[in-house]
Amino acid sequence: MTWLWFHKLASPPHFYRIAGRWLPWLGWSAAVLGVTGLVWGLVLAPSDYQQGEGYRILYVHAPSAWLSTFTYTTMAVSAAVGLVWRMNVAHSVSASCAPLGASFTFVALATGSLWGKPMWGTWWEWDPRLTSELLLLFLYLGYMGLRSAIEDQTRADRVCALLAIVGVVNVPIIYYSVEWWNSLHQAPSVMKFGKPTMPASMLVPLLMMFAAGTLFAATMVLMRARGEILRRERVGTWLEAAVGESVALTGEKR
Amino acid sequence: MSGTPSLFEMARLQMVRDLRLALRRGGEWLQPLVFFLVITTLFPLTFDSQLSRLRDVAPAALWVSALLSSLLALELLFRDDALDGTLEQLAVSGTPLSWVLLAKTAVHWLLTGLPLVLMAPVVAGALGAPYEAIPGLLLPLALGSITLSLIGAIGAALTLGLRRGGVLLGLLTLPLTVPVMIFGAGASVRIIAGQSAAGPLYLLAAVAVLALALAPLAIAAAVRINVE
Amino acid sequence: MEAFLTWLAMGKYALYVWSSFGLTVAVVLLNIHWARRSFRDASEVARRRLAMRRSDQ
Repeated sequence: MTWLWFHKLASPPHFYRIAGRWLPWLGWSAAVLGVTGLVWGLVLAPSDYQQGEGYRILYVHAPSAWLSTFTYTTMAVSAAVGLVWRMNVAHSVSASCAPLGASFTFVALATGSLWGKPMWGTWWEWDPRLTSELLLLFLYLGYMGLRSAIEDQTRADRVCALLAIVGVVNVPIIYYSVEWWNSLHQAPSVMKFGKPTMPASMLVPLLMMFAAGTLFAATMVLMRARGEILRRERVGTWLEAAVGESVALTGEKR
Repeated sequence: MSGTPSLFEMARLQMVRDLRLALRRGGEWLQPLVFFLVITTLFPLTFDSQLSRLRDVAPAALWVSALLSSLLALELLFRDDALDGTLEQLAVSGTPLSWVLLAKTAVHWLLTGLPLVLMAPVVAGALGAPYEAIPGLLLPLALGSITLSLIGAIGAALTLGLRRGGVLLGLLTLPLTVPVMIFGAGASVRIIAGQSAAGPLYLLAAVAVLALALAPLAIAAAVRINVE
Repeated sequence: MEAFLTWLAMGKYALYVWSSFGLTVAVVLLNIHWARRSFRDASEVARRRLAMRRSDQ
């Protein structure tokens, strides 16, 4: 009874329809939150007593770093669901996560580097977080490489699902090993941010950016997942209706 | 011993068969070892040939070369058995597939990992490691190379039957080997410096045990998907 | 006007702050573009497949 929603979502036409209905709401709330957070973070939030205006990079760096791991977890969890219950919808979601996650891992690395230059005096520091983030990017690239190398859709789904699961078991081990390695090498002490107690005027826009990022990720994943479902479906009158409709829609917008 | 053979008997038979086939195939399984020696030779040539300075880079040279040669050797692991249908047979044979594949991986380690471990003292000496440290270097390399074989076998099983599998195999496998590399090289650094390496060795052993327990499941699942 | 210019200068961090935000916005827009294109390609593929099936029958 309580699992009814789960079984319903497992049906491609149902998921396709629900996702289509949610997309505009998710997308527009992400846009509103994101623009508000950006303006607030860039204009209204006070400057930091230690880092001046430079700290504002936080507003794009921290949400990107969050999205990089959140998307990977989503990818692995949906991959496991797809593998265990042989659920095409879950595989569609999993496949949709990788490009998004990889691009935000890249953004987290690049903005971290842009932040590090003025604050630490170097573009790159072999700091555990940066290093794990770089390795996460490699994991994403491996996943995408494997998927593009396998022709058969079903096989690609299952093999990549397994890789995502192996990867997610490894991520914490990688993180702790990198942390341990760093303490061994005694890297130059990375600048610590003052107290985690942030004034509300700084914290609120940051939380808005986190929310906007998460909603944006959901929008992108659902949008791609709808396409992936169309790729995987072979028959059904619903498919004809869906495809005819969407083609008409994009035709109208062009 | 009648009826169905025990699990250990199955593993023994599989290992004997694989060893015999590998030895019949000639020197192919020696190639990773030669590769290992060639890479380690490149370090004095590209870094500095003074032993006192080479000592600093010796752990890195050992571990990176060991990783690359184990990667090279992985192509051999399932290739022939996938081509002639042996893997399909194993998948439907009723024996736990993960167990059989663990036996295959063990043979693979015996042929490509162990020679490398045994050759490592010579290489370490040539790279300037002090003689009294050399026996200690065997343990981390042995533990680490087992884990590298297991992780690599997952990659080999995932890329089974792909035409451009080689580069992809590296891309998939290398990030997963980071903990082994960190703990292994960390232990070697301490051993060469004459310090106690207990900490990293325990961690290396923990990773090896974890890999022994979980990797066969992943290898079997990947093989099953790919031969279906 | 002057307030706007000091805001643009971001202390002395203009280069770092603006390139970070610029890059992020660019990646967001690229992702939207890629996702839309991927969806459009997928529906095109499905449409063609259905058409082929219909002509086969």
